[in-house]
Amino acid sequence: MVTMSHISSTPLKSGQILNLPRLICQIVGHSILGFLRSIGALSLFVGRATAHCFMPPFFPRLTLRQFIDIGYYSLPVVGMTALFTGMVLALQSYTGFTRFNAEGAVAGVVALSVTRELAPVLAGLMVAGRVGASIAAEIGTMRVTEQIDALVTLSVNPFKYLIAPRLIAGTLMLPLLVLIGDIIGIYGGYIVGVYNLGFSSGNYIEQTWDILERMDVISGLIKAAVFGFIVSAMGCYHGFNSGRGAQGVGTATTYAVVSASILILVFNYILTEVFFS
Amino acid sequence: MSKATSPKIELSDIKKSFGSKIVLDGVDLTVNKGESMVIIGGSGSGKSVTLKCILGLIHPDSGSVKIDGQETLDLRAQERDQMMKKFGMLFQGGALFDSMPIWENVAFGLIQGQKMERGQARTIALQKIEQVGLAAKTVADLYPAELSGGMQKRVSLARAIATSPEIIFFDEPTTGLDPIMADVINELIVDCVKDLGATALTITHDMASVRKIADHVAMIYEGKIIWTGPVAELDNSGNDYVDQFIRGRGTGPINKHAGFKTV
Repeated sequence: MVTMSHISSTPLKSGQILNLPRLICQIVGHSILGFLRSIGALSLFVGRATAHCFMPPFFPRLTLRQFIDIGYYSLPVVGMTALFTGMVLALQSYTGFTRFNAEGAVAGVVALSVTRELAPVLAGLMVAGRVGASIAAEIGTMRVTEQIDALVTLSVNPFKYLIAPRLIAGTLMLPLLVLIGDIIGIYGGYIVGVYNLGFSSGNYIEQTWDILERMDVISGLIKAAVFGFIVSAMGCYHGFNSGRGAQGVGTATTYAVVSASILILVFNYILTEVFFS
Repeated sequence: MSKATSPKIELSDIKKSFGSKIVLDGVDLTVNKGESMVIIGGSGSGKSVTLKCILGLIHPDSGSVKIDGQETLDLRAQERDQMMKKFGMLFQGGALFDSMPIWENVAFGLIQGQKMERGQARTIALQKIEQVGLAAKTVADLYPAELSGGMQKRVSLARAIATSPEIIFFDEPTTGLDPIMADVINELIVDCVKDLGATALTITHDMASVRKIADHVAMIYEGKIIWTGPVAELDNSGNDYVDQFIRGRGTGPINKHAGFKTV
């Protein structure tokens, strides 16, 4: 009886049940709109930033510094990644291929995997962690301490001064890094193949040259250019729109690395589809 | 003659809200050439947003901002860059570029904005550093992080005046400084503005600063200018809100719990 009277005493109940679907629609709609809004904001930002890369005034000094920051200082990281990837690839593919008596394919597999896939993707991910994070943290701190506003009041466009140099450097430096990574990676495979698995040195090199085509390397370098652009663009976007305080900068840095890494994997698939199908 | 009579800065009916928070609810303000206007108001009353609307760092939802009689809200990017050359700004936190030495900070507007040759820009920068009472020789090649808060403020002031702007904005110039350093900065502001013959717009809640710097005072409350007049009339404004604010009383028409108005 108690529960009955309780129910009858709350006539709003049916209205609240009807409200529930509306509430769910509201939440879903809200998050979809928010998602679309951020995609729109990101596209506008990237479009505007790219346009500023081609419009004077240019800042060659700053661009050069970014070349060094993004390119030269990432070399050890990318080099180590490529070296050990090439080495482990030779080791793993050897174990697999001996089961089919196809040991001879090791050199080819290493060369193709490194140039087409592993060097660009792994270098991209490593650079996203190293460069993307530092760009987001630097620009985010400048935003939080009003240094970006100060640029504007000193009649310097922050898109030209801060963002264009980083986009240009990211796009041009990553292919160069990947090219070096290709060489180091294949050399890593060679070291394991010759000194560990007992291939003859001449044979290994010959097999590598035989199988490798120009397009394998070029497609990898184009991927690298796209990945470099993604890393710089994500770092700049999240830093530029950083929230307040230390926490805002931290969040911006996290977003920059995560979004760049995911976009790299997505675009890797799309570009592979474009090149090889 | 219309150009001579048009005020340096003219705001009419500026409105701005962030989400459902109304920050500016129709701000009207006129600053004449060569005048030093100080906007006073409590925290969160919309002072900083007003300043950023004039500078174009924030775009107001509606209203008009005229500089020298020219509407600025519909300017294209390049025209805006040109207009920015009239402005100098002293930021609350200094906002010095921490990646460059002091002299380059001061010379930044000259080198990057006006494309001046570096050697010449350095000479001017050193003069400006001396002008704000710092020993140029010892300070010029240090980095901002190596200076105390008061020195950073001075350098920031030197940067704001380095390009000889027509209008200088000061965002809470004395916040976070000890009373003596605050007074020194106030004196410097008065001297620099007089020296350049510039128009100045300051936002602050430091009454000592107001009495030192201002020719005219405007009080902002809940996103509106509720009183404006010459600094001499500040004490007999006949406005309860102004009275409460300048005497710093906890009780009165201004309720400290009042937050933003919402739509």
